[in-house]
Amino acid sequence: MTTETDRETIQQPGPYFGEFGGRFVPESLVAALDELTAEWEAAKADPAFAAELTALHRDYTGRPSIITEVPRFAEHAGGARIILKREDLNHTGSHKINNVLGQALLTKRIGKTRIIAETGAGQHGVATATAAALFGLDCVIYMGEVDTERQALNVARMRLLGAEVIPVTTGSRTLKDAINDAMRDWVTNVETTNYVFGTVAGPHPFPAMVRDLQRIIGDEARAQVLDLTGSLPTAVAACVGGGSNAMGIFTAFIDDPDVALYGYEAAGDGADTPRNAATITKGRPGVLHGARSYMLQDEDGQTLESHSISAGLDYPGVGPEHAWLSDIGRAHYLPITDTQAMSALRLLARTEGIIPAIESAHALAGALDLGRELGPEATILVNLSGRGDKDMTTAGEWFDLIDRDAEQM
Amino acid sequence: MTTSYTSAVRDTIATRRDEASGALIAYLPVGFPDLATSIDAAVALVQNGVDILELGLPYSDPVMDGAVIQAATQQALANGFKLRHAFEAVAEVRRQVDAPVLLMTYWNPVLQYGVDRFADDLATAGGAGLITPDLIPDEGRVWLDASDRAGLDRVFLSAPSSSDERLRRSVELSRGFVYAVSTMGITGARADVDQAARGLVERLRAAGGDSVCVGLGISTAEQVAEVLEYADGAIVGSVFVRALAEGGVAAAAEAAARLAEGTSAR
Ligand SMILES: Cc1ncc(COP(=O)(O)O)c(C=O)c1O
Repeated sequence: MTTETDRETIQQPGPYFGEFGGRFVPESLVAALDELTAEWEAAKADPAFAAELTALHRDYTGRPSIITEVPRFAEHAGGARIILKREDLNHTGSHKINNVLGQALLTKRIGKTRIIAETGAGQHGVATATAAALFGLDCVIYMGEVDTERQALNVARMRLLGAEVIPVTTGSRTLKDAINDAMRDWVTNVETTNYVFGTVAGPHPFPAMVRDLQRIIGDEARAQVLDLTGSLPTAVAACVGGGSNAMGIFTAFIDDPDVALYGYEAAGDGADTPRNAATITKGRPGVLHGARSYMLQDEDGQTLESHSISAGLDYPGVGPEHAWLSDIGRAHYLPITDTQAMSALRLLARTEGIIPAIESAHALAGALDLGRELGPEATILVNLSGRGDKDMTTAGEWFDLIDRDAEQM
Repeated sequence: MTTSYTSAVRDTIATRRDEASGALIAYLPVGFPDLATSIDAAVALVQNGVDILELGLPYSDPVMDGAVIQAATQQALANGFKLRHAFEAVAEVRRQVDAPVLLMTYWNPVLQYGVDRFADDLATAGGAGLITPDLIPDEGRVWLDASDRAGLDRVFLSAPSSSDERLRRSVELSRGFVYAVSTMGITGARADVDQAARGLVERLRAAGGDSVCVGLGISTAEQVAEVLEYADGAIVGSVFVRALAEGGVAAAAEAAARLAEGTSAR
């Protein structure tokens, strides 16, 4: 364990996390980022804001989310205890709502009337559309065309909620291109519009602000696990796309040097094939979407297309705080293939009656490996970041579950 | 801009302000539709009244660009654009015509190439400097040092939303000219050049800016003339890219001749 963890807190406030982070954006956005930074600092210090957010978490999202121990699943993990933090039970079906409600309240506070967001799996888009409906804000969601096809159910949900969904047809037509178009919209409409960013990437203040809004996951889970087991977990596991659910659960444990932190990246066909999204494992430091962090890129600094069966992890970048936690050795980042994730997804369904999101299944697959490595004395806390309903078409194809005749009728 | 360093870009702008109403600065992406044609087109623009060239380096994630330039740079990348082509293009254009050539580039390609190495290779190719749409001075320490060392221009952007303090920094640290973004938005032709441009240039003047060029949305000779009533240069991009896409080098040359008329109206 590093000596940094002996200090009071090693957590960095931003804009920089070691050599990572910053604001690599067009000048036109600086005023909006400054405003957002100042408003977020003010809101954090305002008890009325905290009270309003807490009430929404309780009365709307259904927080605190429970923890569930999964012994039948854990039998496949070398006998280690496995405990799930059930973000899948939140309203809208994932952790994304925690962040969105905070940013939507902030939008009201700033006095803007329109929110925009990027989305990959559609979970952040659904959460944003939900908050827009709740607060009476105009809402536009940018989503790569590839993702609108593989997450068609979520497109319908967003539209039903009253949001406009714009399929993005440039570049790789996935999450990274949706972020580009959302940034272009923001530059153009910044006077009326707030960009509700969905993860701990992007320019400052997003990595710090989204982490602050997601840390409720770990704050709750740390107390819940202590209550259940009488001690802290041996390890905490989460999937990492941009990294918001992982930072949300890691933050509460970051100054507990005996708790190991594991982030699982999407390795697609395999980290040693070109078809992966394992940014920290396979990438190099660079600048993408406003921050310096690890990214998948060619020798000229052109962003490479990422590949994962999971739309929410199919991103060639990662939040700067994760880059830093990896570099200082406080957290470990490991690749999980499509096949490993899908097997873990089915295993949890068959042994515990819980169908996770494919994103979250990457953390479950990681926990299976980790349990076998750490042995039966270990307790592993897994962030179950979302539920699998949105993924049934993908899972149906993967496991050949859909009756072909029925499909044709 | 207080050092003894001389900038061909700055001098050209000053000269054109004396001779006419100001400078016409043209953007074209390197490698679109292919490397050779992009070089021919850039040369043709200068031969038809463009004073300064701004060659764009195609990049996978161009957040400041609208549909026309996005499509062109995406095609350049699909056709195999590599960073070294940018230096080749600068050298070849400089061999054929005398106008100063800036590169417009997003930051990551420079970072990956190595900031010092990029500066050296650009200087060797005869390039004048860089316009950096996603590098603000706050993050630019390494580039400030490298451009000082290599004697290159550095053009930072300023926007209608920028604070007075930021405009002062931009004026102080930019060399060649300060790029005034005419409107809150991305590249692309617009029917009207925003009134915000005039206000921004006035604020840049108050901050000490004596070489200020306006870009984003300028597409006609009338708009060029209008902008040059208060600014030192007018920057035009999407119109030339569209002309090149639709009618080849001849159409781009024609567009240059047409827009250059906007510089003579006094
Ligand atoms: C359920 C779920 N988990 C995880 C992610 C990945 O995002 P992050 O890494 O920011 O938590 C997503 C993104 O769409 C998601 O929907």
